[in-house]
Amino acid sequence: MTVQEVGRPRRRKEDQRLLTGRTRWTDNLALPGMLHVVFLRSPMAHARITRVDVSGARGLPGVVAAFSGQDFAGEQGSLPCGWPVSEDIVIPDHPPMAVSEVRYVGEAVACVVATDRYRAADAVEAIEIDYEPLDPVLDMNEALRPDSPKVHEAGNRAYTFNLASGDVEAAFRDAPVVIDRTYVQQRLIPSAMEPRAVAVGTDGDTYTVWSSTQIPHILRIMLAVITGVPEQRIRVIAPDVGGGFGSKLQVTAEEVLCLLLARRLGRPVKWTESRSEGNLTVHHGRDQIQHVRLAADADGRLRGLQVELLADMGAYLMLVTPGIPLLGAQLFNAIYKMDAYAFGCTGVFTTKMPTDAYRGAGRPEATFAIERTMDELAAELGMDPMEVRRRNWIRHEEFPYTTISGLTYDSGNYEAATDRALALFGYDKLRAEQADRRDRGDPVQLGIGISTYTEMCGLAPSRLLGEANYAVGGWEHGSVRMLPTGKVEVITGSSPHGQGHVTAWSQIVADALGVPFEDVTVLHGDTAIAHKGMDTYGSRSLVVGGIAVLRACEKVKDKARTLAAHLLECSPDDLEFEAGAFKVRGTDAQRTIQELAYAAFTAHSLPDGVEARLDSDATFDPENYSFPHGTHLCAVEVDTETGMARIRSYVAVDDIGTVVNPLIADGQVHGGIAQGIAQALYEEAVYDADGNLLTTTMADYLLPTAADLPAFQLDRTETPATSNPLGVKGVGEAGTIASTPAVVNAVVDALRPSGVHDVPMPCTPERVWRALEGARR
Amino acid sequence: MPRISVTVDGITYEEDVEPRLLLVHLLRERLGKTGTPIGCDTSNCGACTVMLDGKSAKSCSVLAVQADGCEVVTIEGLGANGSMHPMQRAFHEEHALQCGYCTPGMVMAAIDLLRDDPDPSEETVRQGLEGNLCRCTGYCNIVRAVRRGAQEMGQAVSAP
Repeated sequence: MTVQEVGRPRRRKEDQRLLTGRTRWTDNLALPGMLHVVFLRSPMAHARITRVDVSGARGLPGVVAAFSGQDFAGEQGSLPCGWPVSEDIVIPDHPPMAVSEVRYVGEAVACVVATDRYRAADAVEAIEIDYEPLDPVLDMNEALRPDSPKVHEAGNRAYTFNLASGDVEAAFRDAPVVIDRTYVQQRLIPSAMEPRAVAVGTDGDTYTVWSSTQIPHILRIMLAVITGVPEQRIRVIAPDVGGGFGSKLQVTAEEVLCLLLARRLGRPVKWTESRSEGNLTVHHGRDQIQHVRLAADADGRLRGLQVELLADMGAYLMLVTPGIPLLGAQLFNAIYKMDAYAFGCTGVFTTKMPTDAYRGAGRPEATFAIERTMDELAAELGMDPMEVRRRNWIRHEEFPYTTISGLTYDSGNYEAATDRALALFGYDKLRAEQADRRDRGDPVQLGIGISTYTEMCGLAPSRLLGEANYAVGGWEHGSVRMLPTGKVEVITGSSPHGQGHVTAWSQIVADALGVPFEDVTVLHGDTAIAHKGMDTYGSRSLVVGGIAVLRACEKVKDKARTLAAHLLECSPDDLEFEAGAFKVRGTDAQRTIQELAYAAFTAHSLPDGVEARLDSDATFDPENYSFPHGTHLCAVEVDTETGMARIRSYVAVDDIGTVVNPLIADGQVHGGIAQGIAQALYEEAVYDADGNLLTTTMADYLLPTAADLPAFQLDRTETPATSNPLGVKGVGEAGTIASTPAVVNAVVDALRPSGVHDVPMPCTPERVWRALEGARR
Repeated sequence: MPRISVTVDGITYEEDVEPRLLLVHLLRERLGKTGTPIGCDTSNCGACTVMLDGKSAKSCSVLAVQADGCEVVTIEGLGANGSMHPMQRAFHEEHALQCGYCTPGMVMAAIDLLRDDPDPSEETVRQGLEGNLCRCTGYCNIVRAVRRGAQEMGQAVSAP
């Protein structure tokens, strides 16, 4: 009798090492003769470089070399943009080290290579650079005016993108209610706890690149293309990686330059960023202005939705910069039925750090806009906000359902998740308390916020990515090999950085092959070991990578069946597989798959045409996205005298399909909610009028601490996805996508009787107080 | 260059150090104690927290020369006889780590806060860990783990 592993709250195999400090962070690496790189970075948001003199740095103690951008002009290429989203897109040249012009504060302009990081930092101070200041471009609306200073020669418009479905004009014509709102998605800094680091070793012929990256496979390809080092001579290793949240889904200047430095100097080099350097130069997230118009009938039924976005690209288009806002293009309509939908997006260049993927990437922004607007519609109609949602959402019996934006949601049950959430939350009781506080004129008001979200993840069907002009496919690869002693080695192309792949994949393999959980090991994150992979982002690892591993297990089992039949002298059809053993029906004769591994290894008696190995591999390419959904409810107490908003309770009921490991799934939801709350209440990357980033440290950029957050109450409903054999949907981003509007809706709900209809994010005490003051006047 | 003597995880080291060398760089780059990571440069994140003469200290905010004559315990020296400290075990049991980068500092800060309150409430734990940032867990399971670790440490002390 075997216990089913999928669904068990297995403690993680990854933990022991991480808990005892026996880690492999990139910065831990010390290679013989390794040199340290420190970059000099632009203090100007926009300027022409008129003179660079690195000679003062050369010759200082410990300094091996100093270079300017000009020194690499012939070989550094341009950092890649892998998602040209439209015909009209402008992809400017993006040199890893600036040569003639800088376009954001923090852009690398020179570097020193020295025997240790202290001496390299000292020597950077001796580099002289003259700049001729140019006007910064900081505001998206101003950037699009004809007389605006230009970030690039071609102008400040990076691209336009439009999507329309149904008769939008008819939907708005004579609509009894039209809600018209503008929301600002503030710029965020992803803030993975491990700062980026890159080390490159070389034997003069091959290069090994260690990087704190989410994408070792994509990085390897891009490094080959950019530097001209043939792909087969580059090995990329993502060792332990301390969080990413999209910020390490990038091909960075520092990765390219460290490879070039190792090639130029013939010695190993390492670069590790400081946090304040990272806040300037790790790509930022969000930064959109959203104009939303929603037309409805008097009973709350939705007629149509129009969305116009301005999306801040920053100074350059990095790996997937232009595509990020478009990942939300088909999600503003969310879980709701309507007659017509139109979406437009303009990408805008500014003289700021480029934006790119940050947890949720386009989907939190879309979800925020629609969920905030549904609350505004409810307020306009004097209806309960949940009732407005119920009247419009897709009912569970209507799945599969093709939405107005063209996605086909395979499954879902919004009623079940919502009913469960309302019960856990005590919705009616809290509404009664809210009414009581309003009646009493309590200075501390209670607000209730709702978010009934869905998202699209499990990126992605290669066919759809091709249609979207995305540079690569969306498949994932997995290998499974039975070792001679019957143990199992699994290789996954997905590259974890905290998600617990080793544990979860072990559970999947243990069930598929009928072997003990402890007998499975999982390797990843090294292109020499995991030779094929599409890496980790977009809540894709389990949904795509986990299924690839499962498929590989099935192939191994098929091979084992042939071998078992040969050894047991029966037909393969006479065998049944149970608890890890092939049994001849109606007899006691059997061979376990672990015994068969040894038989395959010795090869003493193999059937004709069968090779001496019990291993296989598989790629899986999903037929559709997956669509997690759920209902998040937030109760916030707002002190109307100080403006302080405090979360009193938070309930999340998520439907992520089949759950492989509930501990890991809950952990992902916890962390996701925390980051969504952080956008709602705490975090904002702020540039001043000259384009200087003011939030360069963790003292200025407020990540929530344990004292700022409540305990979250979680539950799940389980409606399996129909697009993969496990029924899994992905969970990495759901919490972040769902939570931001739930919190802001709660803050606004608390203040609505005072005449407040919006509070811009983050809803700091000052902003809440100003919103109240504005309403009073 | 000043010579210092510092005991780290039970081993005494004599080192010539620049006066400006940070303790965390001494640990990581001179002594090979890479279990203690660096997460920021303004002493906000707490990833580099170690025990300095029995009290938690952010090793990015201590000069190596200030640790002269001191005893440092890092995450690597916390367990005894090859087994994990009860707080490390509690973090494992409660799934209180994901990427694990904040974990060494978080575990050290957790143990330190129990010196003041051996059986802290949820609120006390949350306030007590305010100097340590985690980006993965939302702190839910960390709070649970610290309270569980406290229970187990209490039992360990009171056991005959």
